[in-house]
Amino acid sequence: MQAHTPEHAMADPAADPSVPIPEKPVPKYMLVFLGLFVLTLIELGVAFVGLSRATTIIALVGLAIYKAILVALYYMHLRFEPTRLRVAVLAPLPLAFILVLAVLTEF
Amino acid sequence: MTTASVALESRRPMPGMGVYNMKLGMWVFLLSEVMFFTSLIGAYIILRSAHPDAFAEPGVVLNVPLTAFNTFVLICSSVTMVKAFAAIEHGDQAGLKRWLIATALLGMFFVGVQVVEYIKLAEHGFVPSAALYTAAGAPLYGMTFYTMTGFHGAHVSIGVLCLWFTVIQAFRGRYTRNSHGGVEIMGLYWHFVDLVWIILFTIVYLI
Repeated sequence: MQAHTPEHAMADPAADPSVPIPEKPVPKYMLVFLGLFVLTLIELGVAFVGLSRATTIIALVGLAIYKAILVALYYMHLRFEPTRLRVAVLAPLPLAFILVLAVLTEF
Repeated sequence: MTTASVALESRRPMPGMGVYNMKLGMWVFLLSEVMFFTSLIGAYIILRSAHPDAFAEPGVVLNVPLTAFNTFVLICSSVTMVKAFAAIEHGDQAGLKRWLIATALLGMFFVGVQVVEYIKLAEHGFVPSAALYTAAGAPLYGMTFYTMTGFHGAHVSIGVLCLWFTVIQAFRGRYTRNSHGGVEIMGLYWHFVDLVWIILFTIVYLI
């Protein structure tokens, strides 16, 4: 195993002090909060307004996914991260979907 | 190299993913958590599809208004967490401490309400082994409800402990405008816990 010497550290572009830490745009946190609050109220309305079972499930799952995306994009700053990280984060989601779907077909 | 400069270097984007190592590590951990909660939610969906009679309609057993309020509390805690991060990004030490403490208190409040909810449910006979809703000889509703919300509650509790640790670090002056990776990765974990609850609240309480 190669020892980590100062020379190696200097050769690493990530350790170059001349490389500035990238500035990130500041999202509208309170606007996102307002959106999450309103969407939660809509969810409660949808759950108890008396729509058909299928419509209720589709609407509630859609709203929940939308809220989760808002949190991930703005509060977890995924919207402002490098594309490579975003792709890596999205990678397990199809696997998660397949996991549920594959077992669901058993019934 | 001083401690401060080491901390600063640790925040520099690394080649590859373009983010610093601590953050990448937290994201990898969170992705494993996605699969963990997917298995729990997936198992719940499958059991509920197979035995619809073993699960109560929304609002019959579970206290939806109380949990909706608790959901609001957790969403508020996400805002305070992100405010703490925004504060230290601008070098606002007082703001960092204030918002971190608010986040930890809101997290404790969430766990407290969940404990009260569990006690009330137990008083009404809804325990993990409740014979009230069973199918194929198993108390599916109680088991799945307490497993999912219990694991989430454990995550929130661990998050609260980590938050208080972060508060202590903040009071020791460990975070600066240029070095606050600890606050950022704490925030990632906390927002993930919020994100999971958003899904759980819908699946378990509203559907």
